Amino acid sequence: MKFTNYHRAQSLEDAHKTLQKDKSNTIVGGGLWLKLSRREVDTAVDLAGLDLDLIETTDKTIRIGAMTTLTQIEESDTLRQIASGILVEAVSEIMGRQLRNVATLGGSIIGRYGFSDCITPLLALDARLDFHERGIVSLQDFLTEKGKVDDILKAVVIDKTKAKGYFKKVKKTAHDFPILNVAVVKSEDGTRIAIGSRPAVATLAQAAMDHLAAATTIDKKTITQAARIAKESLKYSTNHRAGAEYRAHLAEVYTRRGLMEVNGLED
Amino acid sequence: MKIEMNINGRKRIFDIRPDELLADTLRRHDYTSVRKGCDTTSCGVCTILIDDEPVPSCAYLTVRAEGKKITTVEGIAEEAERLAGCFGDEGADQCGFCNPGIALSVHALKLSAKAPTEENIRHYLVGHLCRCSGYQSQVKAIRRYLGDTT
Ligand SMILES: Cc1cc2nc3c(=O)[nH]c(=O)nc-3n(C[C@H](O)[C@H](O)[C@H](O)COP(=O)(O)OP(=O)(O)OC[C@H]3O[C@@H](n4cnc5c(N)ncnc54)[C@H](O)[C@@H]3O)c2cc1C
Repeated sequence: MKFTNYHRAQSLEDAHKTLQKDKSNTIVGGGLWLKLSRREVDTAVDLAGLDLDLIETTDKTIRIGAMTTLTQIEESDTLRQIASGILVEAVSEIMGRQLRNVATLGGSIIGRYGFSDCITPLLALDARLDFHERGIVSLQDFLTEKGKVDDILKAVVIDKTKAKGYFKKVKKTAHDFPILNVAVVKSEDGTRIAIGSRPAVATLAQAAMDHLAAATTIDKKTITQAARIAKESLKYSTNHRAGAEYRAHLAEVYTRRGLMEVNGLED
Repeated sequence: MKIEMNINGRKRIFDIRPDELLADTLRRHDYTSVRKGCDTTSCGVCTILIDDEPVPSCAYLTVRAEGKKITTVEGIAEEAERLAGCFGDEGADQCGFCNPGIALSVHALKLSAKAPTEENIRHYLVGHLCRCSGYQSQVKAIRRYLGDTT
């Protein structure tokens, strides 16, 4: 990305105003993904220095600032305790330390990247996004929207509820994008299953979740059925990384393993 | 625009474009140990330290380095030489193109972790590609180096 002016925002209001001034103006998170784009921009708006890089807890929630780096998440003891630490685990598998020191959570969400290893666990954790203008929007709803985001993401909010979690990233090398990723979270409210990099952006395996919610007992049989439903009810496609059939197969296998694990069952 | 940073213990002031990237700024001012490889933050050869943490300088906006402490391999010359000795002993070296970046990450790891295990080392160095030597001998060399010096 090329830009003519750099503006270090003094406040969120200032950032928002500057963003509105020209259609091309762009927020910079870590800047790593933007760097790869060929866009020509009038003003790059930097959010550094606005205290958006904090992980804060209240009684019931955890608020992760949009400028929090992936390394900060990886090293957060607070997040390690949420749903078996699936967000920490997922983030620590993204590229190397250098990238994680710069890439931000906000930049990882706004693009609704199909390959995202952040979005999948956050969707299973039922995360909400806190925008400057729009206020709170569920991640689930945000992912179904299309087009450029003209707002500023302030933070990602998750609940502190007791839950068990499972995350799996299938990749070819330690350094690669995922072929598929699966996150499962079981809490008092039920079970959520998110499947990403199909290669489309993560979505909930709603039919499989409904199957589990309707079951009177959760045993090996219901889990095997739910995993089969996750495979059959979602769309998997082919790209240079893997074929649709292989992805669908992986989705079934890892959904099953995830469900077994969060229910404390063994094969 | 003008920007001030501390590079290898020395205050430097540079005139930069707003969208300039740190690898370009550093190379223009003769810090040529900072290499450009993939230019997509994938290979690790452009790694430098900012406030003792490794970052990919090929994608880091120079303007963001204002007031920060920058370390290139020239700034850890003695340590890099000791590490190079271990690389030589373990046969972990061929073309050497990836070495400055790796040396800086190893230095940062040493600063941040007391007694890194082999697993810690491998995890920390995932972002460094080496197309010559394979990784086994490098990990051995780094273990030897950390054992020798920490
Ligand atoms: C080589 C490479 C390999 C990668 N591999 C993986 C992988 O395996 N798995 C994975 O999950 N991710 C991967 N990523 C993605 C990475 O983890 C980050 O998600 C990505 O770099 C975007 O984060 P950023 O902070 O750099 O965002 P930026 O590049 O700064 O921004 C991305 C977009 O978000 C917008 N934006 C940023 N912050 C805000 C905000 N607060 N409010 C509104 N808009 C905002 C920007 O305007 C831009 O449109 C990879 C990235 C690279 C470069």
